[in-house]
Amino acid sequence: MSIEGRVWVFGDSIDTDLLAPGPYMRKSLPELAEHCLEAIAPAFASQVREGDILVAGEAFGIGSSREQAAQVLIQLGIRAVVAKSFARIFYRNALNLGLPALVCPEIEAETGERLALDPLSGKIVNRERGREFQAEPIPEQLMAIVNAGGLLPYLKARFSGSSEA
Amino acid sequence: MQTLSEKILSRASSRDRVRPGEIVTCRVDLAMMHDSGGPRRVAARLASLGAKVWDPDKIVLASDHFVPAVDIESAEILALTRRWAHAEGVKNFYDQEGICHVVIQEHGHLRPGMFAVGGDSHSTSGGAFGAFMVGIGATEMTGVLATGEIWIKVPETIRLVWQGRFGSAVSAKDIMLFLCARLGMNNNYKAFEYAGSAVEAMPMPERMVLCNMAAELGGKAGIVEPDQTTLAALEAAGVDPESDALNWKSDLDARYAQTHEFDASALEPQVAAPHSPANSTAVGEHLDTALDLAYIGACTGAKLTDLHMAAAALKGRKVASGMRLLIAPASTRTTAAAAADGTLAILTEAGAKILPSGCGACAGMGAGTLAAGEVCISSTARNFKGRMGSPEARVYLGSPYTVAASAVRGKITDPREFVA
Repeated sequence: MSIEGRVWVFGDSIDTDLLAPGPYMRKSLPELAEHCLEAIAPAFASQVREGDILVAGEAFGIGSSREQAAQVLIQLGIRAVVAKSFARIFYRNALNLGLPALVCPEIEAETGERLALDPLSGKIVNRERGREFQAEPIPEQLMAIVNAGGLLPYLKARFSGSSEA
Repeated sequence: MQTLSEKILSRASSRDRVRPGEIVTCRVDLAMMHDSGGPRRVAARLASLGAKVWDPDKIVLASDHFVPAVDIESAEILALTRRWAHAEGVKNFYDQEGICHVVIQEHGHLRPGMFAVGGDSHSTSGGAFGAFMVGIGATEMTGVLATGEIWIKVPETIRLVWQGRFGSAVSAKDIMLFLCARLGMNNNYKAFEYAGSAVEAMPMPERMVLCNMAAELGGKAGIVEPDQTTLAALEAAGVDPESDALNWKSDLDARYAQTHEFDASALEPQVAAPHSPANSTAVGEHLDTALDLAYIGACTGAKLTDLHMAAAALKGRKVASGMRLLIAPASTRTTAAAAADGTLAILTEAGAKILPSGCGACAGMGAGTLAAGEVCISSTARNFKGRMGSPEARVYLGSPYTVAASAVRGKITDPREFVA
Protein backbone atom coordinates (compact mmCIF):
# COMPACT_ATOMS: atom_id res chain seq x y z
CA MET A 1 0.00 0.00 0.00
CA SER A 2 1.53 3.29 -1.05
CA ILE A 3 0.04 6.74 -0.74
CA GLU A 4 1.18 9.82 -2.59
CA GLY A 5 -0.43 13.19 -2.29
CA ARG A 6 -0.38 16.92 -1.82
CA VAL A 7 0.40 18.09 1.71
CA TRP A 8 -1.44 20.35 4.14
CA VAL A 9 0.69 21.37 7.10
CA PHE A 10 -0.66 22.35 10.51
CA GLY A 11 1.08 23.12 13.80
CA ASP A 12 0.98 21.67 17.32
CA SER A 13 -2.05 20.75 19.43
CA ILE A 14 -4.68 20.61 16.68
CA ASP A 15 -7.63 19.63 18.88
CA THR A 16 -10.83 17.72 18.21
CA ASP A 17 -12.95 20.87 18.57
CA LEU A 18 -11.06 22.38 15.63
CA LEU A 19 -11.44 19.17 13.60
CA ALA A 20 -15.10 18.46 14.44
CA PRO A 21 -16.65 21.58 16.05
CA GLY A 22 -19.28 20.82 18.70
CA PRO A 23 -21.96 23.16 17.36
CA TYR A 24 -22.12 21.00 14.19
CA MET A 25 -21.81 17.59 15.84
CA ARG A 26 -25.52 16.87 15.52
CA LYS A 27 -25.32 17.36 11.74
CA SER A 28 -24.56 14.71 9.15
CA LEU A 29 -20.92 13.83 8.50
CA PRO A 30 -20.71 15.74 5.17
CA GLU A 31 -22.12 18.86 6.85
CA LEU A 32 -19.79 18.51 9.84
CA ALA A 33 -16.85 18.06 7.46
CA GLU A 34 -17.55 21.46 5.88
CA HIS A 35 -16.53 23.01 9.21
CA CYS A 36 -13.37 20.96 9.73
CA LEU A 37 -10.52 23.27 10.86
CA GLU A 38 -12.50 26.38 9.82
CA ALA A 39 -11.52 28.23 13.00
CA ILE A 40 -7.85 28.26 11.93
CA ALA A 41 -7.96 27.53 8.19
CA PRO A 42 -11.27 28.66 6.68
CA ALA A 43 -10.33 27.53 3.15
CA PHE A 44 -9.22 24.02 4.12
CA ALA A 45 -12.52 22.15 3.80
CA SER A 46 -13.32 23.63 0.40
CA GLN A 47 -9.82 23.33 -1.07
CA VAL A 48 -8.66 19.96 0.25
CA ARG A 49 -8.72 17.28 -2.45
CA GLU A 50 -9.11 13.54 -2.60
CA GLY A 51 -5.72 11.95 -1.94
CA ASP A 52 -4.21 14.80 0.10
CA ILE A 53 -2.02 14.14 3.14
CA LEU A 54 -2.15 16.07 6.41
CA VAL A 55 1.08 16.79 8.27
CA ALA A 56 1.02 18.19 11.80
CA GLY A 57 3.15 18.87 14.87
CA GLU A 58 2.81 17.55 18.41
CA ALA A 59 -0.35 16.17 20.03
CA PHE A 60 -2.50 16.01 16.91
CA GLY A 61 -6.12 15.30 17.86
CA ILE A 62 -6.03 16.22 21.56
CA GLY A 63 -9.34 16.54 23.38
CA SER A 64 -12.51 14.62 22.82
CA SER A 65 -12.96 10.93 21.98
CA ARG A 66 -15.33 11.89 19.12
CA GLU A 67 -14.12 9.84 16.19
CA GLN A 68 -15.74 12.26 13.76
CA ALA A 69 -12.47 14.20 14.25
CA ALA A 70 -10.78 11.50 12.15
CA GLN A 71 -13.84 10.68 10.07
CA VAL A 72 -14.23 14.21 8.67
CA LEU A 73 -10.66 14.04 7.37
CA ILE A 74 -11.49 10.80 5.54
CA GLN A 75 -14.72 12.39 4.28
CA LEU A 76 -12.72 15.31 2.85
CA GLY A 77 -10.33 12.98 1.04
CA ILE A 78 -7.32 12.98 3.38
CA ARG A 79 -5.57 9.62 2.91
CA ALA A 80 -2.98 9.75 5.69
CA VAL A 81 -1.97 11.88 8.67
CA VAL A 82 1.68 12.28 9.63
CA ALA A 83 2.37 14.00 12.95
CA LYS A 84 5.22 14.46 15.39
CA SER A 85 2.90 12.91 17.98
CA PHE A 86 -0.79 12.04 18.34
CA ALA A 87 -3.25 12.18 21.19
CA ARG A 88 -3.86 8.54 22.01
CA ILE A 89 -7.63 8.36 21.43
CA PHE A 90 -7.34 10.10 18.04
CA TYR A 91 -4.56 7.70 17.05
CA ARG A 92 -6.68 4.66 17.83
CA ASN A 93 -9.76 6.18 16.18
CA ALA A 94 -7.84 6.94 12.98
CA LEU A 95 -6.43 3.43 12.65
CA ASN A 96 -9.76 1.87 13.60
CA LEU A 97 -11.38 3.85 10.78
CA GLY A 98 -8.68 2.83 8.33
CA LEU A 99 -6.95 6.23 8.20
CA PRO A 100 -3.19 5.66 8.44
CA ALA A 101 -1.67 7.75 11.26
CA LEU A 102 2.11 7.87 11.22
CA VAL A 103 4.25 9.17 14.08
CA CYS A 104 7.31 10.91 12.64
CA PRO A 105 9.05 13.50 14.85
CA GLU A 106 11.53 14.36 12.06
CA ILE A 107 8.99 15.06 9.32
CA GLU A 108 9.68 18.14 7.18
CA ALA A 109 7.14 19.38 4.67
CA GLU A 110 5.29 22.51 3.66
CA THR A 111 1.77 23.00 2.46
CA GLY A 112 1.62 22.33 -1.29
CA GLU A 113 4.58 19.94 -1.41
CA ARG A 114 4.03 16.27 -2.17
CA LEU A 115 4.80 13.27 0.01
CA ALA A 116 4.87 9.59 -0.81
CA LEU A 117 4.49 7.21 2.09
CA ASP A 118 4.02 3.55 2.90
CA PRO A 119 1.98 3.12 6.09
CA LEU A 120 3.17 -0.43 6.62
CA SER A 121 6.90 0.23 6.44
CA GLY A 122 6.61 3.81 7.71
CA LYS A 123 8.82 5.12 4.91
CA ILE A 124 8.01 8.72 3.92
CA VAL A 125 9.61 10.48 0.93
CA ASN A 126 9.62 14.20 0.18
CA ARG A 127 10.99 14.17 -3.37
CA GLU A 128 11.02 17.95 -3.76
CA ARG A 129 13.45 18.16 -0.87
CA GLY A 130 15.20 14.91 -1.72
CA ARG A 131 14.55 13.77 1.84
CA GLU A 132 13.44 10.48 3.29
CA PHE A 133 11.93 10.01 6.74
CA GLN A 134 11.19 6.92 8.80
CA ALA A 135 7.99 6.93 10.84
CA GLU A 136 7.73 4.86 14.02
CA PRO A 137 6.44 1.37 13.28
CA ILE A 138 2.78 0.71 13.91
CA PRO A 139 2.50 -1.93 16.69
CA GLU A 140 2.12 -5.46 15.34
CA GLN A 141 -1.28 -5.95 16.99
CA LEU A 142 -2.53 -2.91 15.14
CA MET A 143 -1.11 -3.90 11.78
CA ALA A 144 -3.76 -6.58 11.42
CA ILE A 145 -6.42 -3.89 11.80
CA VAL A 146 -4.65 -1.50 9.40
CA ASN A 147 -4.17 -4.29 6.87
CA ALA A 148 -7.89 -5.12 7.04
CA GLY A 149 -8.74 -1.46 6.35
CA GLY A 150 -10.01 -0.72 9.84
CA LEU A 151 -11.49 -2.37 12.92
CA LEU A 152 -14.92 -3.02 11.43
CA PRO A 153 -13.68 -5.01 8.40
CA TYR A 154 -11.26 -6.77 10.76
CA LEU A 155 -14.11 -7.76 13.08
CA LYS A 156 -16.31 -8.76 10.16
CA ALA A 157 -13.70 -11.28 9.10
CA ARG A 158 -13.46 -12.52 12.67
CA PHE A 159 -17.22 -12.86 13.11
CA SER A 160 -17.85 -14.53 9.78
CA GLY A 161 -14.89 -16.85 10.32
CA SER A 162 -15.71 -17.87 13.87
CA SER A 163 -19.15 -19.35 13.19
CA GLU A 164 -17.86 -22.86 13.76
CA ALA A 165 -16.46 -21.94 17.17
CA MET B 1 6.00 -4.56 42.49
CA GLN B 2 3.13 -3.25 40.39
CA THR B 3 1.23 0.02 40.39
CA LEU B 4 -2.52 -0.06 40.96
CA SER B 5 -3.11 0.51 37.22
CA GLU B 6 -0.82 -2.41 36.34
CA LYS B 7 -2.57 -4.65 38.87
CA ILE B 8 -5.96 -3.94 37.34
CA LEU B 9 -4.67 -4.57 33.81
CA SER B 10 -3.02 -7.81 34.99
CA ARG B 11 -6.31 -9.02 36.44
CA ALA B 12 -8.30 -7.93 33.35
CA SER B 13 -5.88 -9.69 31.00
CA SER B 14 -5.64 -12.82 33.20
CA ARG B 15 -1.92 -12.45 33.71
CA ASP B 16 0.24 -12.51 36.81
CA ARG B 17 1.78 -9.21 35.90
CA VAL B 18 2.04 -6.74 33.05
CA ARG B 19 4.85 -4.36 32.17
CA PRO B 20 4.58 -0.84 30.74
CA GLY B 21 4.74 -0.87 26.95
CA GLU B 22 3.23 -4.34 26.60
CA ILE B 23 0.03 -4.66 24.60
CA VAL B 24 -2.52 -6.88 26.33
CA THR B 25 -6.09 -7.89 25.60
CA CYS B 26 -8.39 -7.06 28.50
CA ARG B 27 -11.86 -8.30 29.42
CA VAL B 28 -14.10 -5.27 29.96
CA ASP B 29 -16.00 -5.11 33.27
CA LEU B 30 -18.09 -2.09 32.31
CA ALA B 31 -18.67 -0.09 29.12
CA MET B 32 -20.24 3.36 29.30
CA MET B 33 -21.70 5.33 26.41
CA HIS B 34 -23.64 8.54 25.84
CA ASP B 35 -26.04 9.79 23.19
CA SER B 36 -23.38 11.48 21.06
CA GLY B 37 -20.89 8.63 20.68
CA GLY B 38 -23.23 5.78 21.63
CA PRO B 39 -26.10 4.09 19.79
CA ARG B 40 -26.16 6.84 17.16
CA ARG B 41 -22.68 5.73 16.12
CA VAL B 42 -22.51 2.07 17.13
CA ALA B 43 -25.98 0.62 16.40
CA ALA B 44 -25.62 0.26 12.63
CA ARG B 45 -22.04 -0.98 12.90
CA LEU B 46 -22.93 -3.61 15.46
CA ALA B 47 -25.78 -4.75 13.22
CA SER B 48 -23.42 -4.91 10.23
CA LEU B 49 -21.29 -7.40 12.17
CA GLY B 50 -24.35 -9.49 12.90
CA ALA B 51 -23.35 -9.14 16.57
CA LYS B 52 -25.34 -8.48 19.70
CA VAL B 53 -24.13 -6.69 22.84
CA TRP B 54 -21.88 -9.20 24.61
CA ASP B 55 -23.44 -8.49 28.01
CA PRO B 56 -26.20 -5.85 28.32
CA ASP B 57 -25.79 -5.77 32.12
CA LYS B 58 -22.26 -4.44 31.68
CA ILE B 59 -23.43 -1.42 29.69
CA VAL B 60 -24.23 1.98 31.18
CA LEU B 61 -25.89 4.40 28.77
CA ALA B 62 -26.68 8.05 29.54
CA SER B 63 -28.23 10.69 27.29
CA ASP B 64 -26.35 13.84 28.26
CA HIS B 65 -25.01 15.65 25.17
CA PHE B 66 -28.04 16.62 23.08
CA VAL B 67 -30.32 17.21 26.08
CA PRO B 68 -32.94 18.45 26.21
CA ALA B 69 -33.74 18.24 22.50
CA VAL B 70 -33.72 21.71 20.92
CA ASP B 71 -34.41 20.69 17.33
CA ILE B 72 -35.50 17.69 15.31
CA GLU B 73 -31.93 16.46 14.85
CA SER B 74 -31.23 16.26 18.58
CA ALA B 75 -34.68 14.80 19.27
CA GLU B 76 -34.01 12.03 16.72
CA ILE B 77 -30.65 11.22 18.30
CA LEU B 78 -32.29 10.92 21.73
CA ALA B 79 -35.12 8.80 20.32
CA LEU B 80 -32.63 6.46 18.62
CA THR B 81 -30.71 6.12 21.90
CA ARG B 82 -33.91 5.17 23.74
CA ARG B 83 -34.97 2.63 21.11
CA TRP B 84 -31.57 0.98 21.06
CA ALA B 85 -31.40 0.67 24.85
CA HIS B 86 -34.79 -1.03 24.80
CA ALA B 87 -33.98 -3.33 21.87
CA GLU B 88 -30.64 -4.44 23.34
CA GLY B 89 -32.02 -4.91 26.84
CA VAL B 90 -29.75 -2.28 28.40
CA LYS B 91 -31.29 -1.71 31.82
CA ASN B 92 -28.72 0.81 33.04
CA PHE B 93 -30.05 3.58 30.80
CA TYR B 94 -30.24 7.10 32.22
CA ASP B 95 -32.34 9.30 29.99
CA GLN B 96 -31.45 12.96 30.68
CA GLU B 97 -30.62 12.27 34.33
CA GLY B 98 -27.25 13.98 34.07
CA ILE B 99 -23.74 13.62 32.72
CA CYS B 100 -22.56 10.02 32.25
CA HIS B 101 -19.41 10.42 34.40
CA VAL B 102 -21.50 11.59 37.34
CA VAL B 103 -24.55 9.37 36.83
CA ILE B 104 -22.42 6.21 36.60
CA GLN B 105 -21.09 6.67 40.12
CA GLU B 106 -24.31 8.04 41.62
CA HIS B 107 -25.91 4.72 40.69
CA GLY B 108 -23.06 2.61 42.03
CA HIS B 109 -21.75 1.14 38.79
CA LEU B 110 -18.06 1.73 39.57
CA ARG B 111 -16.01 -0.30 42.02
CA PRO B 112 -12.33 -0.53 42.95
CA GLY B 113 -10.31 -2.83 40.70
CA MET B 114 -12.66 -2.60 37.73
CA PHE B 115 -11.40 -2.31 34.16
CA ALA B 116 -13.87 -0.03 32.38
CA VAL B 117 -14.12 1.83 29.09
CA GLY B 118 -16.21 4.87 28.23
CA GLY B 119 -17.12 6.46 24.92
CA ASP B 120 -15.95 9.86 26.10
CA SER B 121 -12.51 11.29 26.77
CA HIS B 122 -13.41 12.26 30.34
CA SER B 123 -14.14 8.62 31.20
CA THR B 124 -10.90 8.82 33.18
CA SER B 125 -13.15 10.26 35.95
CA GLY B 126 -13.99 6.71 37.00
CA GLY B 127 -10.46 6.32 38.37
CA ALA B 128 -11.55 8.27 41.44
CA PHE B 129 -13.14 4.99 42.59
CA GLY B 130 -9.96 2.97 42.16
CA ALA B 131 -11.04 1.69 38.75
CA PHE B 132 -8.95 1.83 35.58
CA MET B 133 -11.25 3.61 33.16
CA VAL B 134 -10.20 4.72 29.72
CA GLY B 135 -11.86 6.81 26.99
CA ILE B 136 -12.37 5.30 23.52
CA GLY B 137 -14.04 6.18 20.21
CA ALA B 138 -17.18 4.71 18.69
CA THR B 139 -15.66 2.14 16.33
CA GLU B 140 -13.56 0.86 19.19
CA MET B 141 -16.72 0.76 21.33
CA THR B 142 -18.40 -1.31 18.62
CA GLY B 143 -15.60 -3.83 19.03
CA VAL B 144 -16.07 -3.86 22.81
CA LEU B 145 -19.82 -4.32 22.48
CA ALA B 146 -19.33 -7.22 20.08
CA THR B 147 -16.51 -9.02 21.89
CA GLY B 148 -16.32 -7.72 25.48
CA GLU B 149 -12.60 -7.19 24.91
CA ILE B 150 -10.15 -4.46 23.97
CA TRP B 151 -6.40 -4.26 23.46
CA ILE B 152 -4.56 -1.92 25.79
CA LYS B 153 -0.99 -0.73 25.76
CA VAL B 154 0.05 -0.87 29.39
CA PRO B 155 0.92 2.68 30.42
CA GLU B 156 3.73 3.81 32.65
CA THR B 157 2.40 5.39 35.83
CA ILE B 158 3.26 8.92 36.91
CA ARG B 159 2.68 9.52 40.62
CA LEU B 160 1.51 12.99 41.62
CA VAL B 161 1.75 13.55 45.34
CA TRP B 162 -0.02 16.54 46.88
CA GLN B 163 0.75 17.04 50.55
CA GLY B 164 -0.72 19.55 52.97
CA ARG B 165 -3.96 21.47 53.17
CA PHE B 166 -5.45 23.81 50.61
CA GLY B 167 -5.58 27.50 51.42
CA SER B 168 -8.99 29.16 51.23
CA ALA B 169 -10.87 29.05 47.92
CA VAL B 170 -8.50 26.48 46.38
CA SER B 171 -9.75 23.16 45.03
CA ALA B 172 -8.92 20.10 42.91
CA LYS B 173 -9.62 22.14 39.77
CA ASP B 174 -6.74 24.46 40.64
CA ILE B 175 -4.46 21.42 40.99
CA MET B 176 -5.39 20.25 37.51
CA LEU B 177 -5.02 23.64 35.82
CA PHE B 178 -1.63 23.98 37.53
CA LEU B 179 -0.61 20.51 36.32
CA CYS B 180 -1.73 21.22 32.73
CA ALA B 181 0.70 24.14 32.69
CA ARG B 182 3.44 22.25 34.55
CA LEU B 183 3.31 18.86 32.81
CA GLY B 184 1.76 19.85 29.47
CA MET B 185 -1.10 18.11 27.68
CA ASN B 186 0.78 15.49 25.69
CA ASN B 187 1.49 12.80 28.30
CA ASN B 188 0.29 9.99 26.07
CA TYR B 189 0.17 6.40 27.29
CA LYS B 190 0.59 7.45 30.90
CA ALA B 191 -1.58 6.70 33.91
CA PHE B 192 -1.68 9.38 36.57
CA GLU B 193 -1.92 8.17 40.15
CA TYR B 194 -2.81 10.86 42.67
CA ALA B 195 -1.74 10.53 46.29
CA GLY B 196 -0.74 12.47 49.39
CA SER B 197 -2.56 13.97 52.33
CA ALA B 198 -4.35 16.62 50.23
CA VAL B 199 -5.85 13.88 48.03
CA GLU B 200 -6.72 11.67 51.01
CA ALA B 201 -8.63 14.61 52.52
CA MET B 202 -10.70 15.13 49.36
CA PRO B 203 -14.32 14.00 49.05
CA MET B 204 -15.07 11.78 46.04
CA PRO B 205 -16.32 14.58 43.73
CA GLU B 206 -13.00 16.39 44.13
CA ARG B 207 -11.04 13.19 43.42
CA MET B 208 -13.21 12.87 40.31
CA VAL B 209 -11.92 16.26 39.14
CA LEU B 210 -8.33 15.00 39.45
CA CYS B 211 -9.10 11.89 37.41
CA ASN B 212 -11.43 13.70 34.99
CA MET B 213 -8.75 16.14 33.93
CA ALA B 214 -6.12 13.42 33.57
CA ALA B 215 -7.62 13.59 30.07
CA GLU B 216 -6.31 17.15 29.72
CA LEU B 217 -2.83 15.91 30.66
CA GLY B 218 -3.15 13.52 27.72
CA GLY B 219 -3.22 10.53 30.08
CA LYS B 220 -4.85 7.21 29.43
CA ALA B 221 -6.21 7.09 32.97
CA GLY B 222 -6.24 8.88 36.30
CA ILE B 223 -6.56 6.86 39.46
CA VAL B 224 -6.77 7.22 43.24
CA GLU B 225 -6.28 4.30 45.63
CA PRO B 226 -9.56 3.40 47.34
CA ASP B 227 -9.89 4.20 51.04
CA GLN B 228 -12.61 4.71 53.64
CA THR B 229 -13.90 7.77 51.75
CA THR B 230 -14.34 5.55 48.68
CA LEU B 231 -16.15 2.86 50.67
CA ALA B 232 -18.49 5.42 52.23
CA ALA B 233 -19.35 6.78 48.77
CA LEU B 234 -20.00 3.27 47.46
CA GLU B 235 -22.31 2.53 50.37
CA ALA B 236 -24.13 5.83 49.81
CA ALA B 237 -24.68 4.71 46.20
CA GLY B 238 -26.22 1.46 47.43
CA VAL B 239 -23.21 -0.73 46.74
CA ASP B 240 -22.01 -3.36 49.17
CA PRO B 241 -18.23 -3.15 48.52
CA GLU B 242 -16.34 -6.38 48.13
CA SER B 243 -14.31 -7.34 51.17
CA ASP B 244 -11.06 -6.95 49.26
CA ALA B 245 -11.93 -3.50 47.88
CA LEU B 246 -9.18 -1.79 49.86
CA ASN B 247 -6.57 -4.26 48.61
CA TRP B 248 -6.54 -2.43 45.29
CA LYS B 249 -3.43 -0.38 46.00
CA SER B 250 -0.04 0.10 44.41
CA ASP B 251 2.71 -2.07 45.85
CA LEU B 252 5.16 -0.23 48.06
CA ASP B 253 7.96 -1.16 45.65
CA ALA B 254 5.94 -0.33 42.52
CA ARG B 255 7.92 1.37 39.76
CA TYR B 256 6.82 4.79 38.59
CA ALA B 257 8.01 6.55 35.46
CA GLN B 258 8.07 9.80 37.43
CA THR B 259 7.05 11.00 40.88
CA HIS B 260 6.27 14.64 41.52
CA GLU B 261 5.64 16.13 44.95
CA PHE B 262 3.71 19.34 45.46
CA ASP B 263 2.67 21.46 48.43
CA ALA B 264 -1.09 21.99 48.34
CA SER B 265 -0.90 24.81 50.87
CA ALA B 266 1.22 26.88 48.46
CA LEU B 267 -1.22 26.51 45.56
CA GLU B 268 -3.09 29.66 44.53
CA PRO B 269 -6.37 29.76 42.58
CA GLN B 270 -5.49 29.14 38.92
CA VAL B 271 -6.95 30.53 35.70
CA ALA B 272 -6.32 29.21 32.18
CA ALA B 273 -6.29 31.84 29.43
CA PRO B 274 -7.68 31.14 25.93
CA HIS B 275 -7.32 28.74 24.13
CA SER B 276 -5.74 25.97 26.21
CA PRO B 277 -5.85 24.57 29.75
CA ALA B 278 -2.06 24.63 29.55
CA ASN B 279 -2.21 28.45 29.59
CA SER B 280 -2.78 28.38 33.36
CA THR B 281 -1.26 30.76 35.86
CA ALA B 282 -2.24 32.15 39.25
CA VAL B 283 -5.48 34.15 39.13
CA GLY B 284 -3.58 37.35 39.98
CA GLU B 285 -2.23 37.54 36.44
CA HIS B 286 -5.72 37.76 34.96
CA LEU B 287 -7.45 40.18 37.34
CA ASP B 288 -9.81 42.70 35.80
CA THR B 289 -10.24 40.82 32.51
CA ALA B 290 -13.81 41.90 31.57
CA LEU B 291 -16.36 39.12 31.15
CA ASP B 292 -19.77 38.65 29.52
CA LEU B 293 -20.61 35.22 30.88
CA ALA B 294 -19.73 32.90 33.74
CA TYR B 295 -20.55 29.22 33.23
CA ILE B 296 -20.66 26.54 35.91
CA GLY B 297 -21.27 23.18 34.32
CA ALA B 298 -20.06 19.87 32.93
CA CYS B 299 -18.58 16.71 34.43
CA THR B 300 -15.59 18.70 35.62
CA GLY B 301 -17.30 21.57 37.38
CA ALA B 302 -20.96 21.19 38.37
CA LYS B 303 -21.22 18.42 40.96
CA LEU B 304 -22.68 19.17 44.38
CA THR B 305 -19.29 20.14 45.84
CA ASP B 306 -18.81 22.52 42.90
CA LEU B 307 -22.17 24.16 43.57
CA HIS B 308 -21.17 24.48 47.23
CA MET B 309 -18.01 26.31 46.18
CA ALA B 310 -20.02 28.65 43.97
CA ALA B 311 -22.48 29.28 46.80
CA ALA B 312 -19.63 30.12 49.19
CA ALA B 313 -18.57 32.92 46.85
CA LEU B 314 -22.12 34.06 45.96
CA LYS B 315 -23.85 33.99 49.34
CA GLY B 316 -25.38 37.40 50.05
CA ARG B 317 -23.97 38.83 46.81
CA LYS B 318 -25.35 39.55 43.34
CA VAL B 319 -24.14 38.78 39.86
CA ALA B 320 -22.78 42.02 38.33
CA SER B 321 -25.05 44.08 36.12
CA GLY B 322 -24.66 43.10 32.46
CA MET B 323 -23.07 39.78 33.43
CA ARG B 324 -24.70 36.35 32.99
CA LEU B 325 -24.12 33.45 35.36
CA LEU B 326 -25.39 30.14 33.94
CA ILE B 327 -25.34 26.99 36.06
CA ALA B 328 -26.04 23.53 34.63
CA PRO B 329 -25.90 21.08 37.58
CA ALA B 330 -24.14 17.85 36.57
CA SER B 331 -27.15 15.63 37.30
CA THR B 332 -30.76 15.75 38.36
CA ARG B 333 -29.68 14.27 41.70
CA THR B 334 -27.22 17.14 42.07
CA THR B 335 -30.05 19.62 41.51
CA ALA B 336 -32.27 17.83 44.02
CA ALA B 337 -29.53 17.74 46.65
CA ALA B 338 -28.71 21.42 46.07
CA ALA B 339 -32.38 22.27 46.45
CA ALA B 340 -32.65 20.26 49.66
CA ASP B 341 -29.62 21.79 51.37
CA GLY B 342 -30.37 25.41 50.43
CA THR B 343 -27.55 25.79 47.88
CA LEU B 344 -29.89 26.35 44.97
CA ALA B 345 -31.60 29.25 46.75
CA ILE B 346 -28.26 30.99 47.35
CA LEU B 347 -27.36 30.61 43.68
CA THR B 348 -30.68 31.84 42.31
CA GLU B 349 -30.93 34.73 44.79
CA ALA B 350 -27.53 35.86 43.54
CA GLY B 351 -29.00 35.93 40.04
CA ALA B 352 -27.76 32.64 38.56
CA LYS B 353 -29.84 31.05 35.82
CA ILE B 354 -30.28 27.31 36.34
CA LEU B 355 -30.06 25.16 33.18
CA PRO B 356 -30.96 21.51 32.52
CA SER B 357 -28.42 18.86 33.53
CA GLY B 358 -26.18 17.75 30.71
CA CYS B 359 -22.95 18.54 28.93
CA GLY B 360 -24.51 21.81 27.81
CA ALA B 361 -22.31 24.63 26.60
CA CYS B 362 -19.05 22.90 27.55
CA ALA B 363 -18.98 21.01 24.27
CA GLY B 364 -20.83 23.70 22.31
CA MET B 365 -23.85 21.44 21.95
CA GLY B 366 -26.27 22.70 24.59
CA ALA B 367 -27.65 25.84 26.20
CA GLY B 368 -25.24 28.71 26.87
CA THR B 369 -23.29 28.64 23.60
CA LEU B 370 -21.09 31.70 23.01
CA ALA B 371 -21.31 34.40 20.33
CA ALA B 372 -18.36 35.98 18.51
CA GLY B 373 -16.48 38.43 20.70
CA GLU B 374 -17.94 37.16 23.96
CA VAL B 375 -15.63 36.49 26.91
CA CYS B 376 -16.51 33.67 29.31
CA ILE B 377 -15.06 32.17 32.46
CA SER B 378 -16.02 28.54 32.91
CA SER B 379 -15.66 25.75 35.47
CA THR B 380 -15.34 23.21 32.62
CA ALA B 381 -12.21 21.36 31.48
CA ARG B 382 -11.39 22.73 28.02
CA ASN B 383 -11.20 26.16 26.43
CA PHE B 384 -10.10 25.19 22.95
CA LYS B 385 -10.91 27.69 20.22
CA GLY B 386 -14.52 27.29 19.13
CA ARG B 387 -15.35 24.58 21.68
CA MET B 388 -18.07 26.51 23.50
CA GLY B 389 -19.47 28.20 20.39
CA SER B 390 -18.01 30.85 18.09
CA PRO B 391 -14.28 30.52 17.31
CA GLU B 392 -14.18 34.27 17.99
CA ALA B 393 -15.27 33.80 21.61
CA ARG B 394 -12.66 33.74 24.38
CA VAL B 395 -12.93 31.26 27.27
CA TYR B 396 -11.03 31.32 30.55
CA LEU B 397 -11.10 28.33 32.91
CA GLY B 398 -11.21 28.43 36.70
CA SER B 399 -12.58 26.65 39.74
CA PRO B 400 -16.23 27.12 40.71
CA TYR B 401 -14.98 29.51 43.43
CA THR B 402 -13.19 31.65 40.86
CA VAL B 403 -16.01 31.52 38.30
CA ALA B 404 -18.61 32.56 40.89
CA ALA B 405 -16.46 35.34 42.36
CA SER B 406 -15.81 36.63 38.83
CA ALA B 407 -19.56 36.66 38.14
CA VAL B 408 -20.04 39.01 41.09
CA ARG B 409 -17.48 41.50 39.80
CA GLY B 410 -18.10 41.03 36.07
CA LYS B 411 -14.37 40.54 35.63
CA ILE B 412 -11.85 37.87 36.61
CA THR B 413 -11.64 37.98 40.38
CA ASP B 414 -9.54 36.30 43.07
CA PRO B 415 -12.10 34.20 45.00
CA ARG B 416 -10.13 34.70 48.22
CA GLU B 417 -11.71 38.19 48.31
CA PHE B 418 -15.04 36.50 49.07
CA VAL B 419 -14.20 33.12 50.59
CA ALA B 420 -12.30 33.03 53.84
